[in-house]
Amino acid sequence: MGEEERALPIVIVGHVDHGKSTLIGRLLYDTDCLPADKYSEIQKSSEMLGRIVEFAFVMDCLEEERSRGITIDTTQTFFKTSKRRYVIIDAPGHKEFLKNMITGSSQAEAALLIIDSFEGVRDQTKRHAYILGMLGLKQVCVLLNKIDLVNYSQDKFLELKAEITDFLNKLNVHPNFILPISAIHGDNVANPSKKISWFDGPTVLQALDTFKELKVEEKPLRLPIQDSYTIDGKKILVGRIEAGHVRKGESVYLLPGRKKVEVKNIEKFLENDVAIANFEESIGIRLKGRHRVKRGQILTADLTSTITNRIKANIFWMDPMGYRTGDALLFRCVTQEAPCRIEKIYRRFDPASMEFTEENASSIRSAEVADILIRLDEKVVVDPFNEIPEMGRFVLEKDGRPVAGGIIL
Amino acid sequence: MDHLTRLENKSIYIIREAYYQFKEIAMLWSVGKDSTTLLWLCRKAFFGHIPFPIIHIDTGYKFPEMYQFRDERAKEWNLNLLIGKNEEKLKEGMGPNQGSKLDCCNELKTNALKMVIKKLNLKAILLGIRRDEHGIRAKERYFSPRDSQFKWDYENQPAELWDQYQSTVEEEEHFRIHPLLHFTEFDIWDYVKREKLPIVPLYFSKNGKRFRSIGCVTCCSPIDSEAKNIEEIVEEIRISKTSERSGRAQDKENIYTMQKLRALGYM
Repeated sequence: MGEEERALPIVIVGHVDHGKSTLIGRLLYDTDCLPADKYSEIQKSSEMLGRIVEFAFVMDCLEEERSRGITIDTTQTFFKTSKRRYVIIDAPGHKEFLKNMITGSSQAEAALLIIDSFEGVRDQTKRHAYILGMLGLKQVCVLLNKIDLVNYSQDKFLELKAEITDFLNKLNVHPNFILPISAIHGDNVANPSKKISWFDGPTVLQALDTFKELKVEEKPLRLPIQDSYTIDGKKILVGRIEAGHVRKGESVYLLPGRKKVEVKNIEKFLENDVAIANFEESIGIRLKGRHRVKRGQILTADLTSTITNRIKANIFWMDPMGYRTGDALLFRCVTQEAPCRIEKIYRRFDPASMEFTEENASSIRSAEVADILIRLDEKVVVDPFNEIPEMGRFVLEKDGRPVAGGIIL
Repeated sequence: MDHLTRLENKSIYIIREAYYQFKEIAMLWSVGKDSTTLLWLCRKAFFGHIPFPIIHIDTGYKFPEMYQFRDERAKEWNLNLLIGKNEEKLKEGMGPNQGSKLDCCNELKTNALKMVIKKLNLKAILLGIRRDEHGIRAKERYFSPRDSQFKWDYENQPAELWDQYQSTVEEEEHFRIHPLLHFTEFDIWDYVKREKLPIVPLYFSKNGKRFRSIGCVTCCSPIDSEAKNIEEIVEEIRISKTSERSGRAQDKENIYTMQKLRALGYM
């Protein structure tokens, strides 16, 4: 394993009590990634509450989480297999903590959707699956947990598998694997289990190891200006490359004004003569000539971005307080910010009860999703989410708090 | 882009975002390996000219090597270094052996920090905490609001997605900003090695012992180790089976001490 290789971020989602935190504790323990002193701390805490060793306590370490037996906030931990390193993101399964689930999922490149084999698909299973689809997560593994509670039955597994495949496909989520497991007993997590000898698929770890890091595709430059500093009398623009690359001496456009400018220098601390900077690099830029440049403007290689003050989007409402017509909102996409209103709600619905849909709605409730038209006070530069994700996703704030996330169609 | 470069670029983005959002900002420097890494990243973010003060919360119980390292770097890197101390409690004789360790940490660290924040009217402070240090820290956001009582409302943290960080502060409120959240202990050492960063010599083995985590003389114990340089530390951490803070007394008094300290405003 090369240490220079980066850790793959994976989110674990699913309905409350279906076993997310337990699975993570089990993964860490079985891969020998749980420090001995942490294990004894969990043992002690479990004993205090009169329970057997609770693997869930590895992640649920708030006092309230342990005594109530729930996950409140999203947590991250690290573990490694013989193949590579992982960042595991645990997401809470309660509806009231949906914003924490979304916070966790937005940082992931693959997902494990966990479903209790005894209870089957529940409300948060549906909401979480829907959000995975919307966030564009393509690498998904479904875990039918607590297979011990249905006597390790192959018939029950096949029945659930058919039901879940059908339901997920409707949400445009196509799982790479559907696996039977028991996190609490360790069946088919790190090691195959004799109790499900009828199953010839991979273990959770083997499935994880097939996931790939997202490939960085060659795209046209998008460099949103973050700030501007004067260092030793020189004006340096700073920002992070959200797509493509930039070269010293290159001609680029400054949007939204569509002005042509030339990159005089790429600046990095203690580095001279930087010829090129790539995707995800936080850099400094000096332009040739004098230009008025401010935060929120975008340097691009071409003119294919949309410059507009009306945006059609798909949003999910995270805040406990819903939306009512006329609420003033703030649109934030990369370093751009603009006051806005929702001009039209084409459709709103609750992913947990898909039967209910309202067209031409005037409000959006907490945990609902909606297709909307946004009207902004100023023009912004965006790209479709499917083409350049970084330029096609946004957050809506109300009174300074993030209330919704969205993707641009 | 390799792993460390990716971590570094994400941190630089967050540091610059914090400075854009808050001009009344400062960085907390404990002189340990993490906040020294953060200091280095701040130097990178601002091309060697950090535009805000660097604060050292001095409990008066730190190791002499730490004071020396602090003053040397401050000079070499031309830092605007400010020292925060709870003079009143120190005069009263506050120390880890007077009352509980929780009280001592709370007075000499948290309350000393509160005084500095009030005095400088800071709206944000940059801190070098990491998710893998402690379960409680794993739940942190990059931009983490604290109310007027310095309380952390960990049950109701703002959503944080796609690098959009909540930055609206009410009167009397401030933000803790954590640009190193995504680094692990191993990443820090690997990065210190790659960047050839200077580090307090207490981390290196002497007579078979070294410090894996440093703070106050009174509350840190060294671990058994033969690691005499950065390369050997990196190798040691790679195969280590105990957690980093196992030598830190304040984490051990009670299993929820860290949660309580953090709820009171501890770093």
